[in-house]
Amino acid sequence: MLAVSGGEAVGFWTFGPLAVLGAIMMLLSRKAVHSALWLAMTMISLAFLYILQGAVFLGVVQVVVYTGAVMMLFLFVLMLVGVDASDSLVETLRGQRIAAIVVGLGFGVLLIAGIGRAVVEPVAGIDLANSAQGGNVQGIAELIFTRYLWAFEVTSALLITAALGAMILAHRERVVRRLTQRELAIQRFHGEQRTPLPVPGVYARHNSVDTPALLPDGTPAESSIPVPLGQRGVRQQTPTELKTGHDELEGGDA
Amino acid sequence: MSPTYYLVVSALLFTLGGTGVLVRRNAIVVFMSVELMLNASNLAFVTFARMNGNLDGQVMAFFVMVVAAAEVVIGLAIIVSIFRTRRSASIDDASLLKY
Repeated sequence: MLAVSGGEAVGFWTFGPLAVLGAIMMLLSRKAVHSALWLAMTMISLAFLYILQGAVFLGVVQVVVYTGAVMMLFLFVLMLVGVDASDSLVETLRGQRIAAIVVGLGFGVLLIAGIGRAVVEPVAGIDLANSAQGGNVQGIAELIFTRYLWAFEVTSALLITAALGAMILAHRERVVRRLTQRELAIQRFHGEQRTPLPVPGVYARHNSVDTPALLPDGTPAESSIPVPLGQRGVRQQTPTELKTGHDELEGGDA
Repeated sequence: MSPTYYLVVSALLFTLGGTGVLVRRNAIVVFMSVELMLNASNLAFVTFARMNGNLDGQVMAFFVMVVAAAEVVIGLAIIVSIFRTRRSASIDDASLLKY
C-alpha cells in the first residue's frame, strides 16, 4: 500500500473530519438555511480533499460549481420559498424516523465494510497520470476530447434541456389581464385607503420597517408595518408600549 | 494512513446523505442531502482514480458535476412550482402529483 506523505495526512485529518462534521450538522440543523451553510462547509472541505489527491482541476471546479453556483441557487430558492419553512415534527408514518436512522446506520456499516475490502493494491498514485500530458488539466482535457468526446457532446444537450425545463417549470401563466394605471387609480379611489400607507415609526431606538408609527391617540398604527410582519406578530414595540410594560413590571415589584 | 481513508469518508458522507433523504421533511433539505450523496460519490471517484493511476475517474467525477448542476436547476424549479401551488415546501404535502 502506498504510504502518503505527512503533509497529506495533516490535510486529510483536517478536512476529512470537517466534511463529516458539516454533513452531520446539515442533518441535525432545524433551519434550512443553517443546513445549506453546513453543506457549503462540507463541499469546501471536499474540494481540499480533491486537491490533496492530485485532482486540482476538480478541486477548483468543486468550489466554483458547488459552493459557488449550486449552494447560491439553494440559498436563493430558500429565500424565495421562505426561510422559516422549517421541518414539521409530525410523523406521517409511525416510527419512520427511527427506522430511517437504523436503515442508514446499517447501510453505512455495510458500505464501509464493503469498500474496505475493495481496495486496489498496490496503489498506483496519480502523479504519473498527471504528468503524462504535462499537467492535471491537460490530462483531463485529453481524455474529455478523445475518449469521452461523445459523452461531452451529449452534455450540451442535457444542459440546454435543463435550461429550457427550468424556464418552463418556473414560468407562471398570467390568468387575469394586467390592470392599467388608470384602472388601478379608479380601484384605489373606490377603496378605503386613498392616501399612501403611513410610514413606519422613527424613534430614538428603532426606525426599522417592523416598528409601527403612532396614531394621534398614541396607539400603534398597524397599517404602517408590512402585512406579513403584523400577521406573524413579530413587530417591534412602540415606546408607549415599552413604557407601559416597564411600569407594570415596576408596579409588580412594589 | 492510506487512500482507503478517503473511501471511508466518502462512504460516511454517502450514508449521512441517504439518512438525510429518509429523515428530513423539508424538500430543499432532502435535495441538499441528494447533493451530498453526489459529492460523496465524486470523492470515491477521485480516490479510485488515484488508486488506479489514471484520470478516467476524475473525468467521471467531472461529468457527475455537470449532471448535478443540471439536476439542481430542474429540481429547484420543481420545488418552486410545487411551493407556488401548495404554499408548502414539505414533502408530505406533495402527495398528489396533479392538484
